[in-house]
Amino acid sequence: MKKWFRTGKPWIWLTAGSVSISLIAVIGLVIMIGWRGLSFFWPSAIHEMDIKQADGSTKHIIGEVYDSEVVPTTRLPQSMIELADIESETVTRYLMKIGNREYVPLDFTWVLESLVTKDTTPKNMAVIERSKDGNFYGRITAVTENGEVVAKQSDEDFRKVMFERVERAVELNMQAMGLQEGEISSINYQLNELSLERRRLELQDELTEQAIADLQAQREQLNADYQVYEKELFDLREQAQRDALIVKDFRGEDVKVPMYRVLDVNFPNDMGFFAKLGHFFQQIGKFVSDDPREANTEGGVFPAIFGTVFMVLLMSIIVTPFGVVAAVYLHEYAGKNPVTKLIRIAVINLAGVPSIVYGVFGLGFFVYMVGGSLDQIFYPEALPNPTFGTPGVLWSAVTLAILTLPVVIVSTEEGLSRIPPSLREGSLSLGATKWETIWRIILPMASPAIMTGLILAVARAAGEVAPLMLVGVVKSAPMLPVDGNFPYLHLDRKFMHLGFHIYDVGFQSPNVEAARPLVYATSFLLITVIVGLNLTAIGVRNHLREKYRSLEH
Amino acid sequence: MISVNPSTSNMEKLDLHNLPAEQTALDIKNLNLYYGEDQALHDISMRIPKNRVTAFIGPSGCGKSTLLRCINRMNDLVEICRIEGEIEMHGQNIYDKNVDVAALRRRVGMVFQRPNPFPKSIYENVVYGLRLQGVKDKRVLDEAVETSLRGAALWDEVKDRLNASAFSLSGGQQQRLVIARSIAIEPEILLLDEPTSALDPISTLTIEELITELKEKFTVVIVTHNMQQAARVSDQTAFLYMGKMIEYADTDTLFTTPSEKQTEDYITGRYG
Repeated sequence: MKKWFRTGKPWIWLTAGSVSISLIAVIGLVIMIGWRGLSFFWPSAIHEMDIKQADGSTKHIIGEVYDSEVVPTTRLPQSMIELADIESETVTRYLMKIGNREYVPLDFTWVLESLVTKDTTPKNMAVIERSKDGNFYGRITAVTENGEVVAKQSDEDFRKVMFERVERAVELNMQAMGLQEGEISSINYQLNELSLERRRLELQDELTEQAIADLQAQREQLNADYQVYEKELFDLREQAQRDALIVKDFRGEDVKVPMYRVLDVNFPNDMGFFAKLGHFFQQIGKFVSDDPREANTEGGVFPAIFGTVFMVLLMSIIVTPFGVVAAVYLHEYAGKNPVTKLIRIAVINLAGVPSIVYGVFGLGFFVYMVGGSLDQIFYPEALPNPTFGTPGVLWSAVTLAILTLPVVIVSTEEGLSRIPPSLREGSLSLGATKWETIWRIILPMASPAIMTGLILAVARAAGEVAPLMLVGVVKSAPMLPVDGNFPYLHLDRKFMHLGFHIYDVGFQSPNVEAARPLVYATSFLLITVIVGLNLTAIGVRNHLREKYRSLEH
Repeated sequence: MISVNPSTSNMEKLDLHNLPAEQTALDIKNLNLYYGEDQALHDISMRIPKNRVTAFIGPSGCGKSTLLRCINRMNDLVEICRIEGEIEMHGQNIYDKNVDVAALRRRVGMVFQRPNPFPKSIYENVVYGLRLQGVKDKRVLDEAVETSLRGAALWDEVKDRLNASAFSLSGGQQQRLVIARSIAIEPEILLLDEPTSALDPISTLTIEELITELKEKFTVVIVTHNMQQAARVSDQTAFLYMGKMIEYADTDTLFTTPSEKQTEDYITGRYG
């Protein structure tokens, strides 16, 4: 035994074991999140069930099986156990998504397996995705135009007619949305600018009759444009309201579902494997490219992806020069004395400060002090409405830049100290000053190390949520920080973030059951985004490494 | 006994101790150098003649490299280093307060023990010094690259791949590239700090031949631990021991009839 210890084999097993455990943990986590997140997009069968009720009647429901769990019978009320005639100790129950929110108190319901008397997945069962009130489940019986039936389910080309009309409505809605977010939003922005301009002139005592007349003329012009667009918008909406679907719902009643609310219609029970696969990717595409709806519980997460990536890029742009300059000073210029050592230790320790502390600091210093002063100096016309004196994407980026500064400084310093002194001497002996040597030789050679610092900084910043809640993240941002209105970049705006989105959907949502798969899907997406950002940075670093491969003899 | 290069020994012998000013490249006067408390150079005085090759020899740690690095103030990089005495170049003490160190180093180039090309292309390595001086004209740079690479006997080997990385060259080629880089800015003096110690014999031979050619345009000061090399390439040789200059004479005189016992012991291999 002792001999076996001396061979060193136990250490190989120990170290390899630790690596394996870490690997299994990471891979397991990713697979779990990925599986639960992605299975959300796979179209599931629509069940039609009959359920025995206490009073002897049966309840009829239509919906998807969302989740199932095994519960001990002791947790169920006695009456239900008797009703279901259960003898075993555990029983399976399903979470059914039954949709049709306007006709049921809750669009999710628990169903005890033993109470189900009939369970079928009939053909022609439709899932109607709507822009309001969630999904609608039922059999589509007819399509109407202005109240007149134009196609019945018994017709040969019923589905073709229906999909054509659905597409028309979706197309019209898209146009209306484009108009609203494009031209109309732009006019609103300009009108707002005009009132700010007026206030600015007023503050500067330059509000002459002439200026007032000018502003008024511009305002009238914009208002006239607005009227035109508004009329166009109403026209589009009216056209979209023409058609409707008549759907037989779970109660057996015909319900009118207006077409302008319909986003998509699917018949998952009629789909083959490849149709389902296509639908799966289509759903993922919608998830990453659509805006959220219904308090974030439906729709996509595009603004959150955009906000996360934009904020991280902005942070990288801020943190890199600061970190590199600080590291160059510490390593190249600062005297090698106790004060420098103390500063270095302080910098390294900054990395250990809890992130919420940075959030509080960011709110107090950047938002209120710096932002408040900026407003006083540059945006007095908007006061008392704050411009930069309120949380926004710029302050979030700056706060996270401070948070990640130590990482960049430490790895840049390490990179600087790895550069062979012979290269410095070579440059100096050709008549370069110290600064020229740093700029032309040292910094390019340290760039892979700088990138390493940036990679660590990005990894930390993209996953950070706590400080952002204080300095700029919101549940739902009406506008992206980048748009078509001059100056195109609006760093004062609030933004959405995937990390905060997970928290919001998972724990602040009115419908937690509905949100759970979304939480997994968003988590998986956040991981993907972070890995993507990191891979990009690693790619750049490897390219630089190849270029500045240090001297090998 | 070590054979002395006939071409060198045939040169007119100079009176090293009373060298006239117009033939002097460097006048080192009573130079003392301390690393903290330790004295590394003791009262060195010597005149280094123009357009000649001067070699510093001596056992490891004798201070020959330190003395060489005093000439272009490379020792300034060492924080604990302190220097007393003067080194005069054109009558000006290079340790004066108002001397621009970067300008001095442009006039006194240096080649180090290990080749240290920059992580750039061959072309960019050669023009590095010129770019520092603000030369932008492509024609001037191209010309300088060709002249310098020819001067360093490297042109024929690299003329077709000037944009290749300098790291793609062999050790000997890299060292010649470093020499080309140094002579591209046309210094007056070229300091070579054991330039062949990291190279194979063939590369060493190429560089030694090159040194003999270089002295037509530059004053060359070379540090070497290899006595045969000193004998082959240099016109005069200084023997240093324990930070003191023991003997400074024409190379053939020093190697054939050394006046000091310590020199004789060293060149006959009794220590070092």
